[in-house]
Amino acid sequence: MLRRTLGKAVLAAPLAAPLAAPALAQGGPIEISFWHGLAQPLGGLLEEIATEFNASQPRFRVVSSFRGSYPETMVAAIAGFRSATAPHIVQMFEVGTGTMMAAGRAIKPLHELLRETGVTIPFDDYLPAVRGYYSLADGRMMAMPFNSSTAVMFYNKDAFRRAGLNPDVAPKTWAELRAAATRLKAANVEIPVTTAWPTWTQIEQMSAIHNTPLATLDNGFGGLNAELRINNPLMVRHINALMEMGREGTFRWGGRDAAGDALFANGSSGMVFASSGARARFVRELPGGIANLGVAMLPYYDDVQGAPINSIIGGAAFWAMNRGPNATRSADENRGIAEFFAYLAQTRVVANWHTATGFLPVTKAAFEQVKTTGFYTQNPGADIPIEQLLRGGGQMTGSSRGIRLGGFVEIRTAMQEEMERALQGQQTAQQAMDNSVTRGNVVLRNFERTNRG
Amino acid sequence: MEKKVYFRGIALPYLLLLPQIIVTGLFFFWPAAQAVRQSFLREDAFGLSSQFVGFENFTDVLSDPTWLDSAFRTLLFSSSVAILALASALFLAVQADKHIRGANTYKTLLIWPYAVAPAIAAVLWLFMFHPNIGIFGRALNAMGIPWNYKLNGDQAMLLIILAAAWKQVSYNFIFFLAGLQSIPKSVLEAAAIDGARPMRRFWTVVFPLLSPTAFFLLVVNLVYAFFDTFGIIHSLTQGGPGKATETLIYRVYTDGVMNLNFGSSAAQSVILMILVIVLTMVQFRYVERKVHY
Repeated sequence: MLRRTLGKAVLAAPLAAPLAAPALAQGGPIEISFWHGLAQPLGGLLEEIATEFNASQPRFRVVSSFRGSYPETMVAAIAGFRSATAPHIVQMFEVGTGTMMAAGRAIKPLHELLRETGVTIPFDDYLPAVRGYYSLADGRMMAMPFNSSTAVMFYNKDAFRRAGLNPDVAPKTWAELRAAATRLKAANVEIPVTTAWPTWTQIEQMSAIHNTPLATLDNGFGGLNAELRINNPLMVRHINALMEMGREGTFRWGGRDAAGDALFANGSSGMVFASSGARARFVRELPGGIANLGVAMLPYYDDVQGAPINSIIGGAAFWAMNRGPNATRSADENRGIAEFFAYLAQTRVVANWHTATGFLPVTKAAFEQVKTTGFYTQNPGADIPIEQLLRGGGQMTGSSRGIRLGGFVEIRTAMQEEMERALQGQQTAQQAMDNSVTRGNVVLRNFERTNRG
Repeated sequence: MEKKVYFRGIALPYLLLLPQIIVTGLFFFWPAAQAVRQSFLREDAFGLSSQFVGFENFTDVLSDPTWLDSAFRTLLFSSSVAILALASALFLAVQADKHIRGANTYKTLLIWPYAVAPAIAAVLWLFMFHPNIGIFGRALNAMGIPWNYKLNGDQAMLLIILAAAWKQVSYNFIFFLAGLQSIPKSVLEAAAIDGARPMRRFWTVVFPLLSPTAFFLLVVNLVYAFFDTFGIIHSLTQGGPGKATETLIYRVYTDGVMNLNFGSSAAQSVILMILVIVLTMVQFRYVERKVHY
């Protein structure tokens, strides 16, 4: 570890020196370090892309390394920056976006990078939900989107059949969903409904598809002084519905983060809200396999005006970083980063990544290309996440563009805890949302204070 | 004639002490000093701006009701773990100390859990008590007991206490057994001849002679419950549901590593350090008086 760090420092030193002579002339390609947070097998697939990029040109060499889970990678990159050994590129999960946006000179904004290097990437072709998440309010891109996902509903067709429900038609609204859940319970399905990533699917996505703000200032896109707004009638009503379903035995809390996935994968749950990226696992593990796996868009309340619109994304994006508090990159290094990003934007690369992993095709061209291969006919439901992101005509609103709150990791934990306490019966839905707002706002104010200027 | 070993000059003794001083300084005093320094600062995650805020981090922590809840929870958790681990280890050691067939096998088996890493121990318990996957979890639900530690805070607390205590029983067992075996048999025989029944012999002869061991183990167990149970909590409950299993050490981790709130995390570490110093002082001042060496 220590040797590696020292090695990096030694390597980086000559690179940071002024560009008196073209770096290429000294022999050997310029190294671009790339830290990512994807475990196997996804991490391997990602590293393969870097290897292909290296083979495609002689000037740059992207050196990828796995740094643990997303939060661990985030912490590693921050520690790296503080000790002037930050990677050139870091993969950062969507929850860290607010923190990265406010990171000042720790990061190199993508629009700046592209302008300085003259490399162009056709962002018009990117899915609006993906582009919007990583751009400033005026549309300038801050990070390079790559592995994006969104939340969808998976259902067990066999369980539907046993309950006398049509396995080809999933519930579209919450009223239909509750009716179906009651039928599933009557047919002895152990867990009619459960969820993975509870706050993401039940609070963040719910707010987005109902065009209801999660926080002021367009969910924080408008500045650091945003305030949470999730104690609104829609959210209280929804948490109440979940609590009622919990008491009736039609909903079961599956645990934090991805823990709920397991309840669906082992066949005990009828419906689950999960990341579209969980599809690969369900195809492998769900009893009955792909023939038994139903995919549907997130249900909504049909009496809410204007609902449903597009959902928001999850997953991660690539950020260009400066080396340390007092060290920027050379023009050559920036050029390498930009060219790697341009490579990632190629339709072929995007399409391959999508079909191999289950993440979204982030560009429309890649989506169209995959369509022509017949992939979606062989893998029914694999296109549902994209259709859902484009729902409402792709006209995103301030509430459905994404979430840009500093310290959002901490806010999520607070919302999760308050939901848990409500579902235990220790507090009402209103109290849970009020407490989340109070606790979340403390985090936001602290973040605002430490990141001012 | 009294024999005295002494060194001429002061260079050699200090030289001999040097390695220990370097190691302690490097791995204890320096990080501790860093924590104290950090606890007075407020910094953004990237260290681009940092500002001296005096005792603000401390007052923030101490006036946070959820932190105080965590503190009480930690005391409950630690004392439960210590009592449970000590009592069951003592019981097992007394049983294993008797002349029974296969005593060596029992001893070996009882020592095994100590060799298991906390995180792995937690996974074992997870596989047993997960409400949907675990054998016992499923059995409890089938029997009509609504077991779901992912949503029921009391059950979650019970689970981590059991898992943490189970992990520590072996360690206590070894010490208690060694303690029991060092008690002279003649004393026990004399008591028996005087007509003391087994229970009386245990409480009036054996237990007092074991008290140094028990006291040592009490200190070790409390420190274990305070600091070493992180892996168990992290793998089993992550401090949830709600904050039902969030102990102080777990909170230092979430605030410092996950939430990147370095100032608050450092302040909490300093408070924790003071708390443990006070706890240990109290133990040595008051509990130790009851110990007969």
